[in-house]
Parts: sequence; C-alpha cells; structure tokens
Amino acid sequence: MKNNLLIFIAFLLALIQVPVHADMTLEIVTQGAQLTPIAILPFAGDGTGPHQLSAVIAADLKRSGLFDPLNTQGVSPAPADVEGVNWDAWQAQHANFVVVGNVQEEPATHHVKLNFRLVELPNRMAHLSLSFDGPADQYRMVAHHAADAILENITGYKGMFSSRIAYITQHGSAHSLKVADSDGFNEQSMLHTNEPILSPKWSPDGQRMAYVTFELGRPMVVVQTLASGVRHVVARYKGSNSAPAWTPDGRHLAVVLTKDGHSQIYLVSLNGSEAPERLISSGGIDTEPYFSPDGQTLYFTSDRDGGPQIYRIALSDLRGSPERLTYGSSYAVSPRLSPDGKQLAYIQRDGGAFHVMLMDLATKQTQPMTDSSLDESPTFAPNGKYLLYSTQDGGRGVLAIVSTDGRVRQKLSTQTGDVYEPVWGPLQ
Amino acid sequence: MKKALLALAVTSVLAACSSTPTEETSAPVAQKTAAPAAVAPAQPMVKEPVTVSLYPAKGVGGALGQRTIHYAFDKYTVTDEYMPVVDAHGDFLLSHGAAKVTLQGNCDERGSREYNLGLGQRRADSVRKILIAKGVKDSQIETVSFGKEKPVNPGHNAAAWAENRRTDIVYQGE
Repeated sequence: MKNNLLIFIAFLLALIQVPVHADMTLEIVTQGAQLTPIAILPFAGDGTGPHQLSAVIAADLKRSGLFDPLNTQGVSPAPADVEGVNWDAWQAQHANFVVVGNVQEEPATHHVKLNFRLVELPNRMAHLSLSFDGPADQYRMVAHHAADAILENITGYKGMFSSRIAYITQHGSAHSLKVADSDGFNEQSMLHTNEPILSPKWSPDGQRMAYVTFELGRPMVVVQTLASGVRHVVARYKGSNSAPAWTPDGRHLAVVLTKDGHSQIYLVSLNGSEAPERLISSGGIDTEPYFSPDGQTLYFTSDRDGGPQIYRIALSDLRGSPERLTYGSSYAVSPRLSPDGKQLAYIQRDGGAFHVMLMDLATKQTQPMTDSSLDESPTFAPNGKYLLYSTQDGGRGVLAIVSTDGRVRQKLSTQTGDVYEPVWGPLQ
Repeated sequence: MKKALLALAVTSVLAACSSTPTEETSAPVAQKTAAPAAVAPAQPMVKEPVTVSLYPAKGVGGALGQRTIHYAFDKYTVTDEYMPVVDAHGDFLLSHGAAKVTLQGNCDERGSREYNLGLGQRRADSVRKILIAKGVKDSQIETVSFGKEKPVNPGHNAAAWAENRRTDIVYQGE
C-alpha cells in the first residue's frame, strides 16, 4: 500500500528547485493541484537581482505551490501600467492573471513605493489596484505585502509572505537563534552560544522572542527584544525552566518549572515581579503549554496516563479534569493551535516514525501530514494554510513545509549543520 | 570497608596533588591563629580538609566503577540491571558526607525537545529518589536534564539511541 502510494505521488508531482539564499535551497513539490499561470511583469523603475520586487512576488507565489509564475524576464521596456501590456502575448501563454505596475523611490523619506494592478485574463478585468509603501531597507517586505494581497484576492487565503520565521541552527556545539523573512532572506542571528537553545516563541506582536537557553548550565527562560537585542531572564528557578508560551495578550508566559519537583506548568509575569502561579497539577510530566488564540483554553502535553498525550483544559476551570485529545498512539506531543483555533497540529509516533498530525477539533478527526520519520515542532503559517516543521534528511536537521490540505510540500535545507525548532511569526 | 579505605587513599593523593591551593588557603588562617596563642603548628591541622573533593577512584571496578544508568524508550525507572550501580554510589555517598553528585538525565533524539527535557529530569529524579531512600543527604545531590540536547553518540540509529538514553552520575570536583 505504501509503495503504491509512493509511485502514485511520483507520477503526479511537479518538482521545482528555487534558489532562496546563498546557503539555502528550497525544493517545492506540488501534488495533484492545478497551478494558476500568472505573469508578474517587470515593474517600471524596479531594482535588479535580489532588489527586483517583481521577482520577489513571483518567488512568493511559486512557493505557495498554487501558482505557476511565467517567465517575464524578456519583457522590455517594463510597462508602467496597463496601457503598455501585450495582452495577446500573455493570453497565448495561457496566463490567467497579469500583474503590472511601477516602483518609485522617495529619497526624501528613504521609502520605496510599489503601485500595481492585478488583471484577470481573458476578460482583462482589474481585480486589484494597490500601492504598498515601506522603508527602502525593507524593500523585499513591500513585495511580500503585494504577494499577500494577490494570494488573498485569487485564492481567498489570508496573507503569510509578509511574516518572519525563527529557528535554531547548530554546527557542532555552536548554536544560533536566527530570524529570517518567511522566504529565508534577511537572516539575522539573535544569539550565538555553545550551549543548547530551545523553544523560540514569538510574542503576539512579533517584537520579542521568548526562548530557553542553557548558557548558565541548566535551562532558563529568556525574553529578547528583536529591535534592540536587549534580553532579560523571565524564569530561572531551581532546576529546569523551559517551554515558554505567550498568553495571547502578550503579558504573561506559561513556562514549565521543576522547582517543586517534576516538570509542571506555571504562569509567570514578564518582569518576574509576581511569584509563579501553578496552573495545573499532575504526578507526571506536564509540558509544552500552548494557549488557544482566544486565550480561553490551555493545551499541553502530559504523561499522566502513562505515555505522553495531548490534553486541554479551560482556564476558567483549572481545577477540573483536563480533556485528553489524542488516542491511537502511545506518544503524542507538541500541540500547536491554528490561528482560527479550529485545528490542532502535533507530533505522533507511529511504529518507529514520528509524524506531523492534524486534528480537526470539531470532529476530532486526525490525519497524518507527513511520511518522514523524525518530525518535530510543527508551526502554523499566519493564515493557517501551511505547517512549517523540522525533520531529518540524510542525518541532518532540515526545515519542511506542508500545506494543511497535504498537496504542497517544501523542503528548506542548508548546506551544512542542523536546523530545528522552527516557529512562524505573525504578519508584519 | 574496602571502599572507604580506597576513598581515604584518594583523599590523601588529592591533598598531595593540590599543594598549591592548600597553601594559599591555609596561610591566612595560620597567621590569625599564630598571633594570639602561638602554640602548636597549625599547618597540618588546616591542611587536610581543605580543597578535597571526593569521588570513587579512577579505574575502580565493579558497580562503583559504572557511572551510567540506561533506559528503554520513554521510560525512566531504574531497572534491576542498574540497581547495583545506584546502590554502590549510594553507599559511597553515605560514607563520604562531603561528596556531591550531579545526576544528568539524557534522552535519545526522537520526539519533542521539551518533552525530552521533562523525561531527562524524571530519569535523573528516579536515581535521586533511590539515593534519598538509602539515606543520602539531599544536599549531596543535584539533578539536571539535558533532554536530547547533549547526546554522547551523534548517530541516528538504535544503538546510538540506546546509548543516549541515560543518567550520568557525575561527582562534583572530579
């Protein structure tokens, strides 16, 4: 059965290699989906190379696994608006949509402005006419916003390209906490250390990162402001301090402490002024807290029934009995809620393999999303349509993406070392 | 008894080896006591207990020579196979009140990092509980979990995983 499935996939999939970054390669596999042909024409006044906004938009749409951006590099001169478009030529290439526009630099404010229209073929109906403006040093983000608008208009998906991701890289004992745009560009290192780093978690406003560092020998929870790099310790109690989870209002963190014995979940204030408040109690390991987007429910991993399983409990009824959500495997960990709170992603052990699973919380129906073997830390895109996770490829830790309908798969790998603990941040 | 003798031997070897720090620490003490009383040479009295860390001798055989307890996947109980190891270290800690250990819990690379951090803690705690039950002082034991972050074997196979599921008994100062 498994073999048949693999052969089936091999016939259906289109394999595309896209260079993302000097050190990173992106491989996109789309299975059984109809790709929408779209011509993103060069913009009048656009930059070149990585500064070419039309190319950034085309790469974003290609990565969604839903579009087939046509080659437009030969278009010259670049039309500034619809008047200069050779409609018949793009219709002949079966383009369903054309994007045309211009880029203006505003030296006084050091801003870049992109004006564009999205036009449907063959009826030449304008769907969008928009302008995006941004600081010149974040010109790629201007294009990501435009790509989000195009994606939403055509597919109904909310945006996701104008977001950032964080992850840990490791070369030997050298660990780094890194932040990059969702396409892997503009990678920046927030922390370098020879000790392990775990569980980076974006604050709801995307301005700060909570994470676990072993810099002082045993794990403690730190919050770092991205813009300034300033960081402060949020939890460094006796024993182990880990698994931070932001409350949706960004004021508190749930953390896992062992100060009173085994791993249990507490609530701490960001400035450490209040004593940690124990949220739930068990005789076993309670860990990986995660708040529902409405802040009403706490999801967590616990081995209270033997092996690790995923539970939830209403914050209004913390003395009640948590509801167990996962059955059918002896090992289910790492609960993450979709932005609309309707789906639960987690990791389940099946035989010797660890897969990303997706549960519809209304029906409790579950579905394996991957067939790799050592998957970890799933994280939803801001629009809930994709899951980023880490897995192993050739003995190395790599990042991968799967769409929640299972049809689009991407693998993002670096040439050396390991990448893990990815976490997708909010829209910018 | 044999163990205690061995440990004493280690103590004196240590004292001999660490002559520099011993002299540094003993010097001001000797001056202080010498001034008012000026009686006996204080030197040898001070010398012996200072800067001595206790741990079983290198190369000691038997259960005391083993420092690692291994586990099955997602398990943290010390199996019968490893009870003699924990027992031997418990006896050693009981007879050497100044000795201190850190119990370092570790896991294999499979599963979530945070759950493994909790599991490693339970592994270290399971050893600690046995030692406490034997009468070892709480102050002699520290526990830490490295989760799956510090594997001794970087491999990605069953043999490496078995090796990495462990609690290491590490004597402080060793």
